[in-house]
Amino acid sequence: MTPPPSFCISPKSSLPQSTQANHLNRNVNWPSMAAPETSTAIAATPTTNGTTLRHAFGNVLSFFILLLIGVLAFSIRLFSVIKYESIIHEFDPYFNYRVTQFLSKNGIYEFWNWFDDRTWYPLGRVIGGTVYPGLTLTAGTIWWLLNSLNIPLSVETVCVFTAPIFSAFASWATYLLTKEVKGPGAGLTAAALLAMVPSYISRSVAGSYDNEAVAIFALIFTFYLYIKTLNTGSLFYATLNALAYFYMVCSWGGYTFIINLIPMHVLLCIVTGRYSPRLYIAYAPLVVLGTVLAALVPVVGFNAVMTSEHFASFLVFIVIHVVAFVYYIKGILSPKMFKMAVTLVVSVGLVVCCAVIAVLVALVASSPTKGWSGRSLSLLDPTYASKYIPIIASVSEHQPPTWPSYFMDINVLAFLVPAGIIACFSPLSDASSFVVLYIVTSVYFSGVMVRLMLVLAPAACILSGIALSQAFDVFTRSIKFQLPSLTMNSEVDGSNPVTVEGQTEVTKTDKSGVTLKERPSRKNKKKEKEQLEKPSVKSKAEKKRLLVLPLEASVIALLLLVLLGGFYVVHCVWAAAEAYSAPSIVLTSHSHDGLHVFDDFREAYAWLSHNTDVDDKVASWWDYGYQTTAMANRTVIVDNNTWNNTHIATVGTAMSSPEKAAWEIFNSLDVKYVLVVFGGLVGYPSDDINKFLWMVRIGGGVFPHIKEPDYLRDGQYRIDSQATPTMLNCLMYKLSYYRFVETDGKAFDRVRRTEIGKKYFKLSHFEEVFTTHHWMVRIYKLKPQKNRIRGKMKKSKSKSKSTSSSKRSGTLKKNPWQ
Amino acid sequence: METEMGFSRFALFLFTIALLSSPVLSDLVLSKVDRRIYLTSQIVRYTATLRVENEGSELVSEVLLAFPELQAKNLAYLTVSVNEGKGKQKVSTDDLPIEVVSPKNMPPAVSFYSVTLPKGLAPGDSLTLDVMAVFTHALQPFPEKITQADIQLVVFQDSAYYLSPYAVKVQSLSVKLPEARIESYTKLENTKVHGSEIKYGPHEDLPAFSYSPIGIHFESNQPFSNAQEVEREIEISHWGNVQITEHYKLIHGGAQSKGEFSRLDFQARPNVRGASAIRYLVATLPPRAHSVYYRDEIGNISTSHLWSDSKKTELLIEPRYPMFGGWRTAFTIGYGLPLQDFLFQSEGKRFLNITLSSPMVELVIDKLIVKVVLPEGSKDISVSTPFPVKQWQETKISHLDIDGRPVVVLEKTNVVPEHNKYFQVYYKFNKLSMLREPLMLISGFFFLFVACIVYTRADISISKSSASYLAKQQWEEVQAAIQQVESIINRCLATHDKLEASLRDLSRTGDVQACKAARKTADGLLKDLSKELKPLLAFLQSSPSASQILPKVEDLVAKEKELQERVMTKHSTVVDAYERKSAGKDIENRVALQQQKITALKQEVDDLMEYIDEI
Repeated sequence: MTPPPSFCISPKSSLPQSTQANHLNRNVNWPSMAAPETSTAIAATPTTNGTTLRHAFGNVLSFFILLLIGVLAFSIRLFSVIKYESIIHEFDPYFNYRVTQFLSKNGIYEFWNWFDDRTWYPLGRVIGGTVYPGLTLTAGTIWWLLNSLNIPLSVETVCVFTAPIFSAFASWATYLLTKEVKGPGAGLTAAALLAMVPSYISRSVAGSYDNEAVAIFALIFTFYLYIKTLNTGSLFYATLNALAYFYMVCSWGGYTFIINLIPMHVLLCIVTGRYSPRLYIAYAPLVVLGTVLAALVPVVGFNAVMTSEHFASFLVFIVIHVVAFVYYIKGILSPKMFKMAVTLVVSVGLVVCCAVIAVLVALVASSPTKGWSGRSLSLLDPTYASKYIPIIASVSEHQPPTWPSYFMDINVLAFLVPAGIIACFSPLSDASSFVVLYIVTSVYFSGVMVRLMLVLAPAACILSGIALSQAFDVFTRSIKFQLPSLTMNSEVDGSNPVTVEGQTEVTKTDKSGVTLKERPSRKNKKKEKEQLEKPSVKSKAEKKRLLVLPLEASVIALLLLVLLGGFYVVHCVWAAAEAYSAPSIVLTSHSHDGLHVFDDFREAYAWLSHNTDVDDKVASWWDYGYQTTAMANRTVIVDNNTWNNTHIATVGTAMSSPEKAAWEIFNSLDVKYVLVVFGGLVGYPSDDINKFLWMVRIGGGVFPHIKEPDYLRDGQYRIDSQATPTMLNCLMYKLSYYRFVETDGKAFDRVRRTEIGKKYFKLSHFEEVFTTHHWMVRIYKLKPQKNRIRGKMKKSKSKSKSTSSSKRSGTLKKNPWQ
Repeated sequence: METEMGFSRFALFLFTIALLSSPVLSDLVLSKVDRRIYLTSQIVRYTATLRVENEGSELVSEVLLAFPELQAKNLAYLTVSVNEGKGKQKVSTDDLPIEVVSPKNMPPAVSFYSVTLPKGLAPGDSLTLDVMAVFTHALQPFPEKITQADIQLVVFQDSAYYLSPYAVKVQSLSVKLPEARIESYTKLENTKVHGSEIKYGPHEDLPAFSYSPIGIHFESNQPFSNAQEVEREIEISHWGNVQITEHYKLIHGGAQSKGEFSRLDFQARPNVRGASAIRYLVATLPPRAHSVYYRDEIGNISTSHLWSDSKKTELLIEPRYPMFGGWRTAFTIGYGLPLQDFLFQSEGKRFLNITLSSPMVELVIDKLIVKVVLPEGSKDISVSTPFPVKQWQETKISHLDIDGRPVVVLEKTNVVPEHNKYFQVYYKFNKLSMLREPLMLISGFFFLFVACIVYTRADISISKSSASYLAKQQWEEVQAAIQQVESIINRCLATHDKLEASLRDLSRTGDVQACKAARKTADGLLKDLSKELKPLLAFLQSSPSASQILPKVEDLVAKEKELQERVMTKHSTVVDAYERKSAGKDIENRVALQQQKITALKQEVDDLMEYIDEI
């Protein structure tokens, strides 16, 4: 379906860098190289005309290649639509979809003021102020634009295809960024790599309507504009950069990565003595404008100046001003005066700095989390979350990745990156140092959280693009360098000279086609200046000669590189088609008698939405909150936003309590239905029983009467006959396995691969109202309170008195809603 | 037992009609009435064969049919035709026109329908009428709430005697039930039960408005699929497709489900636990239906099957979940049909001829809305329907429309499968209008490209006299000049290379003359080139914006000159040496030093060129 992209890159990337080959030929080996040069004189007259034509041709060619890369990026993400259907995937995208629906229906002002009472019952959630609006605004704008052109696409369709569209944009932004760093050849290679990098595909297949889909584009584009400003020193790009940063802030919490990485780079530049006015222009407007703009986003607000995530940028802002001032003073003072001034300023400045830092430290230390948000802290200290915030640790995408996941997600790029880093050091420019810094930090972050592999992917693509393109450059240059000598020999043998002419013509085309486009960095120029001052021609010539490899070796290496690229393409297509396209709400399995579709989630949500009252409250573990509100349109207690740990802990407590206690908790929350996900019948592993320990942990974190050891037998989590009575009597166990034994007579759980511990039991406070076809979702209704019978009343009263008194003393905090 | 008691109590509340001895309307007498009521599905179908005799002295042109108001409320469909065949073979005749009337001096709570006879019935003549009526919601579930394990019981009420404003001589009634199990039924004097059929009568010589309520309580596990609302959109595209989209809001209209729903029980014994559940619906689509889809608002529903042959396309759809009494669901099906099967032309007008109602089998629709979306630019729209419906027009704006597509909307309540008849929408449409949207797209892109061309070609800077603008222009000129200089230098270098080549040839062939000739041409060329170079250098010197780069260019030119001289001297020394026939080694020794210098110079020239290139 998709053209193998590496094959369209390879000829292209060899184009631009081949220029030096010709220079080289002229310089070094004059006797052998003379033959091709003869023809240049013949073609000399139309050169000026020719270069512009070739220039235009090169532009058109790279334009079409970029277009194809965009098409590739878009279409490789459509596997999910082709294999499944045009549908929103997973969990968070459902929330975004719901918000977009609201936005398109009610308009932007209603959206900012939206208080959602269908979630976090009874607290509700202020959606307008707690959501990153970039994605929804983007999709909403696209939808509005299309509809005003009378193209009546549904909001769902727009949402489904937003991510693929933005991946195309992201690959174009990668081209721009890499072009700024290492020229258009590397840019095209990097863009093609990014278009199909599995890590990014996993977050941007059609239907994966999540913040990251547009955020990665915003991230790369912001970096591009930063580098562009750094290279040009243009205030125009600096302003654009601030706007791109604003868009990034709108889109994703990951914007803190930008606002820390750029200051780091600026600091690096200053420390390594690369300060220049361009650096100032690239940085100062970004901080000022960017911070002001960021504060406009409701979810960020004053966080933009108050949290520790942003302090680095302000600190560097001060530093760069000091440095700029020093450079200015240095310019107007004589060296001696300057030395005096330095000592004066340093002594005074140190005192002031100490005072300021002391105040800052005191301020930061006064806040319990040291001014950092939980997620940021768990990034800085990978063990933080598992120690203090089980709710962050419980999310699978917040786990550290395993080694195979690197291979799965960035594949051969992992091997190419080191080569790219080396290429960035020869020569090291401002831009390439930025890229190196980017990859180093993102490798660290991806090592902490699987999810941040996504930030690593563009960096890996850029560096691999540089590596591949440089390698192709070296190999093709070596081949080109040696090929003419071969043809020369044949000419000597008596073949006609026409072929030679034709061939040189080709080399010539290659040469000047892209020469003008190349923009080596300032540093490069500086170097050359030095060289001009004290000509060390020989050493340079030698250096160039060193880059020439033997013909056979370079041909083989070229073939191997193409093979590597081919392997990458095959892997990416496989990953896109098989690994990352499943929408996770529809599951399929292949068996000997064909394809089985497990559509249980939607079955349950459809049942809820059609057969329960509009205002009924549904309790489930928070994973299913977004889907329930979006698909079933029912009020939920907790959802994937996880902003209120206590509330989630309450639900966790209820799930891990015995039936009666759970009923009381749920009843006090006005819950009418309880939804559990159960995979035991068909072997669906990510069900609630497997997530249950997290419920216990999170619940126990707030309500200490839930103790994790009570649910473990010798530190092992089990549900078979060895399981603890607490486990076998908790609500989750009962709701999951209610009447399960009657399916096969043995109650064999196919996920845990064991027979369950307690097979026959009845529910006293809940009744089954719906179970889906494959039993994956089971919905129970809270039974109404029983009418008290006269005879029994006295008994129960006395009983309850005694129990309640004992209870009150011990577990006052058992149910926060009473 | 309990249900039976409940039923008898229920019977007390039965709707009763006062048997008023009202005046006989006309002199018509029904000599024979055969009624058959089919209770096999949720839709009650009722046929009656009336033998009408005119015993009066005047020509009678209309016959009144009476239904108790309770039934009339549920009456969905009523046709009367004249049965002219004497034997078994029924000759189908057109349906007779029927209208609702309310004659005076009639008992209350009875609705009358007047059938206009085609010719009128002459005194003494007789005629046989076939009445066919369809009732919805006529079966009341009793008990109203059942659990999953219970069977569904329903009550049907009617009169044992044919309710008529005319005297009836002989009449009989037979009621066909779905299954043999009958909970209870009203027993009159001659009532017989044959399997699943109950027969009342024959009764003879009953006066007008005789009424004897009967009730039948029986098991009916037929699914009561009842669409509360169906919206059917038929969109005509003259590119060859009729797209039909149907939105259903479905409810199980039978006994409400109460208590637990156990999937286990349902899966283990589906026919006992959940016997009355709607498990699937069948739709009979027209042949050659394509692109069929079945979904709801949260996506595709994968449980459906499609068969097709040359006569029809059969679609079996399962709702997402088995539907028990009172459960609801909503879904959409859509399909495309070939245009030529449904769109025809007559008298300069086009007309769409398509069925009105939903293709679902045995579905009761409370409210049916049919929207026919005609192509943009259709005029003179008129509709002809087989029965009266409410209709109006709207416009719908769809893909790239400017003034929208005309939409004919038809609304009908209480619809049964019998209503699924063809109706026609006539309109006028110019074929050229089809090209409107493609042309719009083409012109849109055209203007986009034109705008791009204009943007890139036109100079749109605001002030043409501003310093920066002028500087930019000058800089461009300088760049052009520098490029020319470069190309000249390149050509010079090429000439040098040529000289070198001639030297090599010399070393191979020893042809001094050829070498000399090459030298001559090279000299000429270089002279020309240096001439060309002069005005360019002068321009660069004069231009202020070139001041930055000028030293480099001058340096380059000087270096090139030096190089040129070196090459020349080298050339002449080598040629001289050849002329003097000195040894090869000797020549090399002599040239070596020069060669070194030339290489160094070349390197410098190259570096300079590269440097200039970068600016």
